[in-house]
Amino acid sequence: MKIDWAALGSVFGVSLVVTVALVGLFTLGIVALSKQESASAQGGGSAVAARTGAYACFALCAAAVAYGIYLIVV
Amino acid sequence: MEHITLLLAIVIVTALVFDFTNGFHDTANAMATTISTGALKPKTAVAMSAVLNLVGAFLSVEVAKTISSGIVTEEGITPEVIFAALVGAILWNLLTWLIGLPSSSSHALMGGLIGATIASVGVSGVNGGTVVTKVLIPAIAAPLVAGLAAYLASRLTYRIGRNADPKATAKGYRAGQITSAGLVSLAHGTNDAQKTMGIITLALVAGGVLAPGSNPPMWVIMSAGIAIALGTYLGGWRIIRTMGKGLTDLQPQQGFAAQTSAASVILASSNLGFSLSTTHSCSGAVMGAGLGRKGGVVRWSTATRMFVAWGLTLPAAGLVAAGSEFVTKQGDWGVAAVAAFLIGSCVAIWFISRRQVVDHTNVNDVEAEAEPAGVVTTAMAAVTVPPTAAALAADDLKTTIPAPAGSSAEPVSPAAV
Repeated sequence: MKIDWAALGSVFGVSLVVTVALVGLFTLGIVALSKQESASAQGGGSAVAARTGAYACFALCAAAVAYGIYLIVV
Repeated sequence: MEHITLLLAIVIVTALVFDFTNGFHDTANAMATTISTGALKPKTAVAMSAVLNLVGAFLSVEVAKTISSGIVTEEGITPEVIFAALVGAILWNLLTWLIGLPSSSSHALMGGLIGATIASVGVSGVNGGTVVTKVLIPAIAAPLVAGLAAYLASRLTYRIGRNADPKATAKGYRAGQITSAGLVSLAHGTNDAQKTMGIITLALVAGGVLAPGSNPPMWVIMSAGIAIALGTYLGGWRIIRTMGKGLTDLQPQQGFAAQTSAASVILASSNLGFSLSTTHSCSGAVMGAGLGRKGGVVRWSTATRMFVAWGLTLPAAGLVAAGSEFVTKQGDWGVAAVAAFLIGSCVAIWFISRRQVVDHTNVNDVEAEAEPAGVVTTAMAAVTVPPTAAALAADDLKTTIPAPAGSSAEPVSPAAV
């Protein structure tokens, strides 16, 4: 009986990091987008920055999802 | 196809029935949180999951070459053994569905194979060490990994979003949750539909129809994909209710964290060589997310019943399979008897389930005071038993696992923070 602790450990680590990173990024994107709405109501440059940041976060998440689909297919 | 014997045909049909119960049972994994947080309407959610399961079945060309992951020696496996194993797995899936508990379909199948193999060739056919490494350790590890990830992720998302307007963020969480749930569905279709294709192919090889090592024919891929998608679409509403509402109360943030954690764990585990059960990961993720909100609670009585069911999966499916194999060995009448037993049990379980119907209309109503009586609720009340009587009926069904089905006896959880 040989338990592959290394594989289990890497599953643990990778899942933890990926989940927290993705949820964190996505939340940042959502929050930035909601800030952008209130900021653009007052006018100013911060709205553009918030919107750009939000889209950057979403793009990273989309890349992660695409990689997930790639892992499923291959 | 002209050489397919009656026995082989029975095995193939049974394998497809198992595939169906598999989809039926595992809809909850992908869609329970999506439904309970209201991200998708129940019917839309299961339809989406079904389509993705079907797509997933066709996506990957690498079909499971072994069905038991080395737990039993597959050289001398006969169609009868596969049939007996499937009977054990199907009955366990239906029974856990009846009492609304999520449990792993793969474990049920493995239990069935172990039981049938022991009855057929003796204990020597089972690799005890592999049972520990492939079944016991993953069953403990999966909920811990997924739970911890979901816990930390929901803590984080509440922390980052604490100053944001919940109305503005709700749409975002909804989209995120649907995406993660879609990934889980797709992965499920790829993994589990292939398991059935593997079984049917193995049976065809064992029956001498296909050459060893050949790929499954197109009709096998088609039927396996359709069976799992159909099962998913019909939806195991009882299990969805337990997972989405019974274990804990989820807000969109938590649902998103739980589903993302489940998707990451499933993809990481299947690609890093330490397979974890989808069901165990999802249940763990839901509980972790439940604890991740300040004031969030996990209903440990429901969780305990679920853990008990996980522990019983292997022995229970194994016992039924062993009994079936013992009868099947007696000859043709034995196969007929087991087939009749399977059909009879399925019908009986279905009739018992009609005593308290759980479907897409009431999947989210757990507490009696769940929501003000709308048109549907009033109409439901007119045609079905009132909730208290329904809860009593549920208790009657649970003579083996004594604990109330709904959480009506549980204290109402504190309001959202």
